[in-house]
Amino acid sequence: MNGSNHSLAIRGTTLSVALLIVFLTAWQWGPGLLRIPPFIIPPLSAVFNEAVRMWNVSGLAFHTGITAAEVLAGFILGSLLGASIGYLIGMSPTAEFALSPYILALQIAPKVAFAPLFILWMGFTIYPKILVAILIVFFPVMVNVLTAIRTVDPDLINLARAFKAKRAQIFWRIEFPASLPPLFAGLRIGSTLAVVGVVVGELVGGNAGLGYLLSFGEGQANTAMVFVAIVMLTLVGGLAYLLVILIELRVLHYLPKRAQMGF
Amino acid sequence: MPDLIRLEYRNVTMRFTQGASRLTAVEGVSIAVRDGEVVSLIGPSGCGKSTLLNIGSGLTAPSEGEAFVDGERVEGPNEHVAFMLQKDLLLPWRTVAENVMFGVEIQGVPAAERRRRAKSLLETLKLAEFSGHYPHQLSGGMRQRVALARTLAVDPTVLLLDEPFSAVDAQTRMVLQRELAQTLQRAGKTALLITHDLLEAVTLSDRVLVMSRRPGRIIDEIPIEIPGRDDPLKRRLHPKVAGYVNRLMERLDIGHLETTGAPV
Ligand SMILES: Nc1ncnc2c1ncn2[C@@H]1O[C@H](COP(=O)(O)OP(=O)(O)O)[C@@H](O)[C@H]1O
Ligand SMILES: [Mg+2]
Repeated sequence: MNGSNHSLAIRGTTLSVALLIVFLTAWQWGPGLLRIPPFIIPPLSAVFNEAVRMWNVSGLAFHTGITAAEVLAGFILGSLLGASIGYLIGMSPTAEFALSPYILALQIAPKVAFAPLFILWMGFTIYPKILVAILIVFFPVMVNVLTAIRTVDPDLINLARAFKAKRAQIFWRIEFPASLPPLFAGLRIGSTLAVVGVVVGELVGGNAGLGYLLSFGEGQANTAMVFVAIVMLTLVGGLAYLLVILIELRVLHYLPKRAQMGF
Repeated sequence: MPDLIRLEYRNVTMRFTQGASRLTAVEGVSIAVRDGEVVSLIGPSGCGKSTLLNIGSGLTAPSEGEAFVDGERVEGPNEHVAFMLQKDLLLPWRTVAENVMFGVEIQGVPAAERRRRAKSLLETLKLAEFSGHYPHQLSGGMRQRVALARTLAVDPTVLLLDEPFSAVDAQTRMVLQRELAQTLQRAGKTALLITHDLLEAVTLSDRVLVMSRRPGRIIDEIPIEIPGRDDPLKRRLHPKVAGYVNRLMERLDIGHLETTGAPV
């Protein structure tokens, strides 16, 4: 729309690409120049070769798929649960008053610490990993929805009431749409946290997923393998985040562009 | 029927309790606004003007006394009244046209009729070309005009306006004042206008009511005997205006406040 914004985007992209090239170059030749042994930091090419080997021999695609599926399941279920509870509590001040100490306690508790417990309960399956992800995604989504419902301008509610709006109309026409921008902010945080939850679950126990490859690589002192797993995890997390952004751009299309792109 | 009373407050008193402290916001206020009349209400801030508006629109019940609209006792929100505030209260996810239709949509007016009303209001308020825009794309004055259109769309007999233009710049305000005056005149609406702007009160109304400091009571009533209520810009130049403004300043103790500092 305006020239200075456009040239800012071009300059920014150029700089980003340049930084990437510098980073990859440093990764490839830096360790050699600084005499860092490959079992501490393997050069880029070694990591790439390891990735190809893992793809062909160690089922890298399979493990990535498992992790991605767990992340997706945990993220979707955790978001649905968080949003629903957020709306329910947000609509009932009594419920909020009664539940807030427990919510706070659960929010403070480190959710990943539940991973061993869930594995004891459900064995080396995908379920404990999904459950950790649900638990960790739940809170930012719920808290954002709750805060949004609570901070809706009371004059807006009064306006609707003056038109004789029923409770359901107030919810669907005012409170729900007003909660969407904070909900999406919560979903963005949730999408990255889901990966954390799943990886911790996989690290604690099991024989599938990128977290499993992480600990397997560690056991073998295969540093390149650990790097490959980290890169793949970042990709999975990045895809989940991108998915949220794409949906958000469609749903919140009415917001000014600048407010929308704040990553 | 020029003497039909559209809006009436009968001996209204409003007390608020907050914790242990009790506060009387308004006390024994009686106001009667006739059909088609525009009455302004001015008074120091915190004297209970907005409280009266909330009572008139049925959002809060008075502690004592009662309010009537179109002869019916106000028991809760009703179709006869609509209000407009200093805040435009536009929904950012709705287009201008959708915002205008907000009230009629809630009231269950059929979609075709909703669109017809929105279209004609947007045309009279010179907003037709913006009907597909979102609120953030509009200036403050335009947003306030959309809010006025939304208020008129439900076709109320009585409009309650709470400092509707105090947040817009002086020039836009004059334009909006004229638009409001013309619209009220054309549609024959009855209005109670709360304002801080003495000139606005004088140029837009048939009558100005002055309230005291809290607990708010009506301490003066000034009929504005200047012709042409539908053209406040012209009315502003009338020689009688200065006299009315002066009297309002005296009643509000404005000169006195300046020398001794504002009281709490
Ligand atoms: N819901 C409420 N609870 C307690 N006090 C209130 C409430 N609404 C208004 N008040 C008090 O009543 C007085 C009058 O308020 P208001 O009608 O908003 O004044 P004005 O609009 O004239 O500035 C103020 O002192 C305000 O603090
Ligand atoms: Mg007020």
